[in-house]
Amino acid sequence: MSALNERTERYYTLYKDNIKRISESSSPYINSFREAAIGRFNELGIPTKKNETYKYTSLDTFFNHDFKSCFIPVAQDFVKAEEFRCDVTDLDAHGIVLLNGFYPTIHDKLRELPGGIWIGSLNEAAKKFSKKIEMHYGKYAEDDKDGLVHLNTAMASDGVFIYVPEDVVLKKPIQIVNLVQSDEDIFNQHRNLIIVEKNADVTLIVCDHTLSPQKFLTNGVTEIYVGENSHFDIIRVQNEHNNAGKITHTFIHQERNSVASSNNITLHGGLVRNSTHHYLGGEGAESYSYGLYLADKFQHVDNYVNVNHAFPNCTSNQLFKGVLDDMATGAFNGRIFVRKDAQGTLAYQKNSSILLTDDAKMDTKPQLEIYADDVRCSHGATVGQLDENALFYLQSRGINKREARLMLMFGFAHDVIQNIKVEALRERMDNLVMQRLKGELSRCASCMVKCG
Amino acid sequence: MGKDKDKIISEVTSGEYKYGFYSDIEMEQIPKGLSEDVVRIISKKKNEPDWLLEFRLKAFRHWQTMKMPEWANLIIPKINYQDIIFYSAPKQKAKYESIDDIDPELKKTFDKLGIPLEEQKHLAGVAVDAVMDSVSVKTTFRETLAESGIIFCSFSDAVKEYPDLVKRYMGTVVPYTDNFFASLNSAVFSDGSFCYIPKGVRCPMELSTYFRINAASTGQFERTLLVADEESYVSYLEGCTAPMRDENQLHAAIVEIIAENNAEVKYSTVQNWYPGDKNGKGGIFNFVTKRGLCRGENSKISWTQIETGSAITWKYPSCILKGDNSTGEFYSVAVVNNHQQADTGTKMIHIGKNTKSTIVSKGISAGQGQNSYRGLVKVLKNAMGARNYSQCDSLLLGDKCGAHTFPYIEVDNQTAIVEHEATTSKIGEDQIFYCNQRGISTEGAIGLIVNGYAREVINKLPMEFAVEAQKLLQISLEGSVG
Amino acid sequence: MLAIENLKVEIDGKKILKGISLEVKAGEIHAIMGPNGSGKSTLAAVLAGREFAMVTEGTVTYMGKNLLDMPPEERSKEGIFLGFQYPIEIPGVSMVNFMKTAVNEHRKHKGLEPLSASDFLKMMRDKKELVEIDSKLANRSVNEGFSGGEKKKNEIFQMAMLEPELAILDETDSGLDIDALRIVANGVNRIKRPDTSAIVITHYQRLLDFIVPDVVHVLYDGRIVKTAGKELAHELEKKGYDWIKKEVDKNNLS
Ligand SMILES: Nc1ncnc2c1ncn2[C@@H]1O[C@H](COP(=O)(O)OP(=O)(O)OP(=O)(O)O)[C@@H](O)[C@H]1O
Ligand SMILES: [Mg+2]
Repeated sequence: MSALNERTERYYTLYKDNIKRISESSSPYINSFREAAIGRFNELGIPTKKNETYKYTSLDTFFNHDFKSCFIPVAQDFVKAEEFRCDVTDLDAHGIVLLNGFYPTIHDKLRELPGGIWIGSLNEAAKKFSKKIEMHYGKYAEDDKDGLVHLNTAMASDGVFIYVPEDVVLKKPIQIVNLVQSDEDIFNQHRNLIIVEKNADVTLIVCDHTLSPQKFLTNGVTEIYVGENSHFDIIRVQNEHNNAGKITHTFIHQERNSVASSNNITLHGGLVRNSTHHYLGGEGAESYSYGLYLADKFQHVDNYVNVNHAFPNCTSNQLFKGVLDDMATGAFNGRIFVRKDAQGTLAYQKNSSILLTDDAKMDTKPQLEIYADDVRCSHGATVGQLDENALFYLQSRGINKREARLMLMFGFAHDVIQNIKVEALRERMDNLVMQRLKGELSRCASCMVKCG
Repeated sequence: MGKDKDKIISEVTSGEYKYGFYSDIEMEQIPKGLSEDVVRIISKKKNEPDWLLEFRLKAFRHWQTMKMPEWANLIIPKINYQDIIFYSAPKQKAKYESIDDIDPELKKTFDKLGIPLEEQKHLAGVAVDAVMDSVSVKTTFRETLAESGIIFCSFSDAVKEYPDLVKRYMGTVVPYTDNFFASLNSAVFSDGSFCYIPKGVRCPMELSTYFRINAASTGQFERTLLVADEESYVSYLEGCTAPMRDENQLHAAIVEIIAENNAEVKYSTVQNWYPGDKNGKGGIFNFVTKRGLCRGENSKISWTQIETGSAITWKYPSCILKGDNSTGEFYSVAVVNNHQQADTGTKMIHIGKNTKSTIVSKGISAGQGQNSYRGLVKVLKNAMGARNYSQCDSLLLGDKCGAHTFPYIEVDNQTAIVEHEATTSKIGEDQIFYCNQRGISTEGAIGLIVNGYAREVINKLPMEFAVEAQKLLQISLEGSVG
Repeated sequence: MLAIENLKVEIDGKKILKGISLEVKAGEIHAIMGPNGSGKSTLAAVLAGREFAMVTEGTVTYMGKNLLDMPPEERSKEGIFLGFQYPIEIPGVSMVNFMKTAVNEHRKHKGLEPLSASDFLKMMRDKKELVEIDSKLANRSVNEGFSGGEKKKNEIFQMAMLEPELAILDETDSGLDIDALRIVANGVNRIKRPDTSAIVITHYQRLLDFIVPDVVHVLYDGRIVKTAGKELAHELEKKGYDWIKKEVDKNNLS
């Protein structure tokens, strides 16, 4: 039997050993997806480099690792999670803290925010919002060709649920702080569902941190429904240690005239692989996909973006930038797909990377697939260094080379950061990026783990 | 875009195929099908030495272990290799001693294609190797070229007359294991052109190979091997046509180029194989492996291609930039119309220091055609100072066609600069209006704009062929002035 | 030559021209002035047959024919030339080729043989001199990378090549340096024959010092609100549009 099958087999065994426990704490509707999903997973397996969308990312070091267990929230020691304070001091947000993707407290698993917004555990919500969940759960991720999405559907036992009713505009962002902590190496999977009804406006910030040095692998799926005329922003700040593997799959389904943006800021992490799917499912929808990756040591960051123009007169824009130091490697794989009848499409895409050392490496693959003619689409990709002329210009004004380089790199990164609309977070991000570029942030902010 | 404009666009883009005639020439053919025996028969027919038969057999055995590649953005009907004739040649006397020995029908065929086999009649300054189905019919100006030490002959002649050169270079750029179609070609190739430019020689005329498929049910598998020794220069051009037939015919060729220190090779293609009819019936499957090795320092290989024909095109003329300071270029215009499909592009592999590459690809899609650019720019670890610039534009004429771009960029060197830009759009309404306002019809305007769009590439062709290429793009005026 | 009768035009459902009537006789020069956004370019574009603007009412008769029925290239061949406010760039299409196509289309329309390459080049040379255009520009792609002023000069050059009966010049003077302004104006005057007409859209009196209009119109909010002799241009230069706007608004109120 080949390596792949063996590996698939191992996760299948993990499924068989745990499915009873998982199902017990989960709603029947969510459970009803599991069998088909594990079947799909067995067909597709864990992606390898042979898979076109994982061409530049090897998952081997994480998926070949023998994780003792998959994390299922039972009574746990949540002390550290409770103690954790977000250090974006000025950030005024409705915050919740999750441990390994799950709601840590026993009480208050589902709570109401101003305007009738509900936020809490997906399992808990399955009771109160069964109709909504039946309408949206699994709908946007179902067809994916990535085996890991199906592994998640098969095994994830809980995650975050957010419901935003019609016409609600939430001024303060919602912040989810996602902590990873355990005494043993764990593989954890969680499943989030976010429903934003018509004419609403919300911003969601997700911050990921690791609190213990164990080897972690997270495989998370988030499905997001953005209703007609609504506005939804998700900003993800990834800050995990070098021994952590983070795989995210985000599916954003947009109705007509909605505006949605996703911003993946990867400051730190061992292996990061974000896939973001934007489905423009109604006329006049706009989607924005941003990403910034700063990587050093042996880190690897891969962003896969898929923008699907299924209806006419939609607009999309992708901007991904990164700086790679030491032996770090980066990958970008962006796709614009314009369906036959999606006339009047405007779609743009840009990826720029800077390599700081000889050992850093960047692979980029921007793609256009266009089946309509009244479109304006473009993409650009560059890999290079800082602009020598700009560097010289700064130096000629008396700025020393080190400082000048920093300024240019900062400006390069700020291009992505400036799209964050929450001011306090934007400033904090600029700050973190500056520190990161200066090398002062050799480990993640507020991290207790010295991962070197 | 209004109905009228759609109609005009469809008229502008629906030129008739002019080379679809068939010549009734007495042929020598072997039975359909492919096996080790067939490979042996081909080799025997050509009186080949053992080493070449060995090469073929190795390739054939390897091919049998391979599967047809499926990664291209193409829908390829199943090809039955037992239903193809792998060797078909115009019956001929032992050797054409003079032009008079050639079958008049054959001469007529090439005359009709605008490629007269008589030297005195030919465009001054162009030497031609004319290949019909499986064999080279005639190489013009052989003697003139020989005076400067240039070898330009059919591949078969080269195997007999210059076995050492052939042995030294064949398969070094495209190994027989390279890919499915390259292996197939290595097993059954029948003829092609061979060219060697000695040290320090600038080839005084354009060299060209003209490929003609004539016989039914045959596949064409030719090989071109072009070696430019130190300090030499050559400009090489190939053209191709085929009769109109309802069946698909397979063309799987290999071109290998080697450029030594300071050598420069320009390789231009005007590809006009039969594209099939309006409903997508018939047409050539053009599955070609073309690769150049810039082996020497300061060497340069430049590919220019105008791809207008074939039902399906699958080709990626590439450069391996091994020598320091070497340069690779790829200029391409690919047109698909009706039901044509093209998946074409290039690979630029930067190995040496300060290597440079430029990619300019212009796709034009009309009718229900699907056009994909697929390219790889790879900068290896030691390729200090590598530079690449790629520009891939797509133009859409009509709402049933598609344009796709799949660039792969892999950079493993800090000092490299790689830039890729691509755009996809239809013809600007404001541009058409501007032309209209000056009295130019919408039809004329589209012609002008399409031609202007492709101009950067067409300008890279040798003069005589630029005109030809423009005509091919259905354009009336350009070129006679300015 | 040209008679516009109660012309109303909408763009995307928005009323831009609200009933324009105007007659231009053979040999006349009309100047159209008016504040930004009043509809001058829209009028010019409609006359040239640009599709984005929809004619909802009114007629335009040109040389006794219904102009609105003709496709843009017919209008061009019938002698209408539009100097664009923002000339269009056409990458890869050389000026020579572009003009050769246009000139020969015009000739075909008149029943003439196409010009030979050498005659055409000679014609280009002559006309280039007439408008003092840098001969290098003619070897480049149409308007591509031209400076603002070069584009405008290029419009006049094309006009010289096509010898129109009715030239509509939309702000051909903006973006020109002082010498260029004189050259352009001289060009226009030299191309003009006694029986040909022009509509000159401009914001500045200084062009009208060179190209002296017979009539000056003020277009405001989609209507011609004032028509007078060339002295009106001087008055506008001095006083601006406010007094006219006030006058119009007052009339509207009463
Ligand atoms: N394509 C268009 N779509 C929508 N509105 C348009 C369009 N073109 C023009 N308009 C509007 O029509 C009005 C008249 O525009 P126009 O260009 O004719 O003005 P103008 O008098 O030429 O102005 P200027 O002196 O600034 O050149 C303006 O309000 C303009 O915004
Ligand atoms: Mg205007």
